[in-house]
Amino acid sequence: MWGTIEQIFPYAIVFTIPLLITALGGLFSERSGIVNIGLEGLMIVGAFAGSFTIFKLRALHPKADWVLWVGLLAAVVAGMVFSLLHAFASINLSADQVISGTAINMIAGAITVFMARNMTGSGNIRVQSFAPYDIPFLHKIPVLGPLFFTRTYSTTWLILAVLAISAVVLYKTPFGLRLRACGEHPHAAEAAGVNVRRMRYIGVLISGAFAGIGGAIIILTYAGEFTGSVSGLGFLALAALIFGQWRPLGVLAATLFFGFATTVANVSQVIPSLSDVPPVVLKIFPYVVTLLALIVFSKNSRAPKAAGEPFDSGKR
Amino acid sequence: MKNSIVVSLCAVLFGLLAGAVLMLATGHNAVEGYRFLFQGGLKNAERIGNTLAIATPLIFSGLAVAFAFRTGLFNIGVAGQLLFGAFCASVVGIHLDVPRILLLPLMLIAGALGGAVWAVVPGLLKARFNVHEVVSSIMMNWIGFWAVYYGVRTFIKNPSSETESKPLPEAATLKTHWMTDLFQGSFINMGLLVAIVVVILIAFIIAKTTFGYELKAVGYNRSAAEYAGIAVNRSIVYSMAISGAIAGLGGVALYAGNANNIEIGILPSQGFDGIAVSLLGANHPLGVLLSAIFFGLLYSGRGFMNAMTDIPPEIADSIIAIIIYFSATSVLIERLLRRFVRRKNQAAAGDAGEGKVK
Repeated sequence: MWGTIEQIFPYAIVFTIPLLITALGGLFSERSGIVNIGLEGLMIVGAFAGSFTIFKLRALHPKADWVLWVGLLAAVVAGMVFSLLHAFASINLSADQVISGTAINMIAGAITVFMARNMTGSGNIRVQSFAPYDIPFLHKIPVLGPLFFTRTYSTTWLILAVLAISAVVLYKTPFGLRLRACGEHPHAAEAAGVNVRRMRYIGVLISGAFAGIGGAIIILTYAGEFTGSVSGLGFLALAALIFGQWRPLGVLAATLFFGFATTVANVSQVIPSLSDVPPVVLKIFPYVVTLLALIVFSKNSRAPKAAGEPFDSGKR
Repeated sequence: MKNSIVVSLCAVLFGLLAGAVLMLATGHNAVEGYRFLFQGGLKNAERIGNTLAIATPLIFSGLAVAFAFRTGLFNIGVAGQLLFGAFCASVVGIHLDVPRILLLPLMLIAGALGGAVWAVVPGLLKARFNVHEVVSSIMMNWIGFWAVYYGVRTFIKNPSSETESKPLPEAATLKTHWMTDLFQGSFINMGLLVAIVVVILIAFIIAKTTFGYELKAVGYNRSAAEYAGIAVNRSIVYSMAISGAIAGLGGVALYAGNANNIEIGILPSQGFDGIAVSLLGANHPLGVLLSAIFFGLLYSGRGFMNAMTDIPPEIADSIIAIIIYFSATSVLIERLLRRFVRRKNQAAAGDAGEGKVK
């Protein structure tokens, strides 16, 4: 049993990380008051921008490692630019945020494949991934070593650092307080001199940046190929955000849960104690649990109160 | 009403323009692209038939979204409802041995029921626990995805393919000779007729019945509806159930009409396109019918366009997605229109003023 856990743990972490960073992006957006259902599309855009950049740079610099990092950066920028579409629609035009997000998802899915087909014909872009490595010394620690420090990726540590910084920014800085105020009581925030629209723009842009890098990390760790889809991970990140009750550590716990549930479902056939469970049960498990969690949390949900409502400073 | 038609037409225009820009930016000839795109959907009777056939599932999915919209519910779970409805209908179609005249109605009923069951879950969660229907129906999409994935392998396994269900016998599909002959070999089928009947039925329910009035009242203002004595929670559940049933019928039209088996491992894109269809059609049954046929045209012409030029077929999806963005930001279009009208009025007023001076 322990051996199995040791084996699947690194995979589960790798699977968790893109989900974590995307959900964290969603957290910034929703805490500022904008529901972002377009996370899926923003991930696809990031995945495409990353693959595209690496594909092009690789031709010029076949050996360099920094190419992958430039790809990640491109994903961040592309995610931000694309999220502007959502920000403009929902902040300036008071559009229905769910519909605008849906439009983002559709545009991203269609245009990226359109562009990719212009490049490769098949619409798939295969790129070189990051190589997993064992962290020197640390991976020899009993129990912890095999779980956390073997077969890890640099991106994993980067994202965990971003998580820590995000938590501090949200709860310990004036900026974080203002951002949260815009999602709870935008009129009170405005009365206190906060520029609500600007805060919401920042929230959406952060969600674009984070979802973009999340999409690129999928390609650069376990997928290795852009195929025009992130198979519903953006929606799962949205569920993780609710499951984690819009708090950074809650989101971490929720995404870890999804990461493990999915990894276990993927490898259940080779685990003796799980091979008797019908695979369909394991596959739908995370979604059913989310539904149950929605019911449990429905009584006292900590959802930002003003999330999803267009801000109209004339309305009190 | 008139205003929403203008907005929809503007959205279409902007979408087509953006599509042209996209084609030009990737080094293609946009005029040629559009010529082949529309030829591919309209050139002869067979292609027109195919356009209508491709539009059929979109009519259902668009109507499903529009119907829930009228009650203020955003049914983003049409894909799952469509898939599960199709699965139920296919199980009936393969395992039940009755004459065709009985089998097809039974399949339609099974499809509608399957879709309704899948949509009632978010409806109940919304009514009972106030869980947002968008998130719960997204979860239901993925539960449906996996349930059908393994359900197909268990109940209607295709011995020669891992990614498809067993093909339906010819008697268990909606294809008929007279329609195929009428459109010279197109895959058009009776699904279209069912769709038109459902469009009329839903238009009648929304516009002319007390039930439809109650649903609309809940959509406009939930508190006011409750105060007026309308059972809001019951309306929500019924609305989702009917929306899901329409989606389920769309699944039958898609997988037992246009195709004759279910492809597993993919959520049908028609489910999400339904949102686009509904939005462009201003949530009106007739608007849904027209915009579904328009999207059907883009989808059916793209193959021909791709064969004649080297423009990737995803241009059709891109145009549709951009149209949706412009529909979602209809405020922008309305503002532009208003500015345009004001300028025209000012110009007219200016002319009149000058006239006076003289």
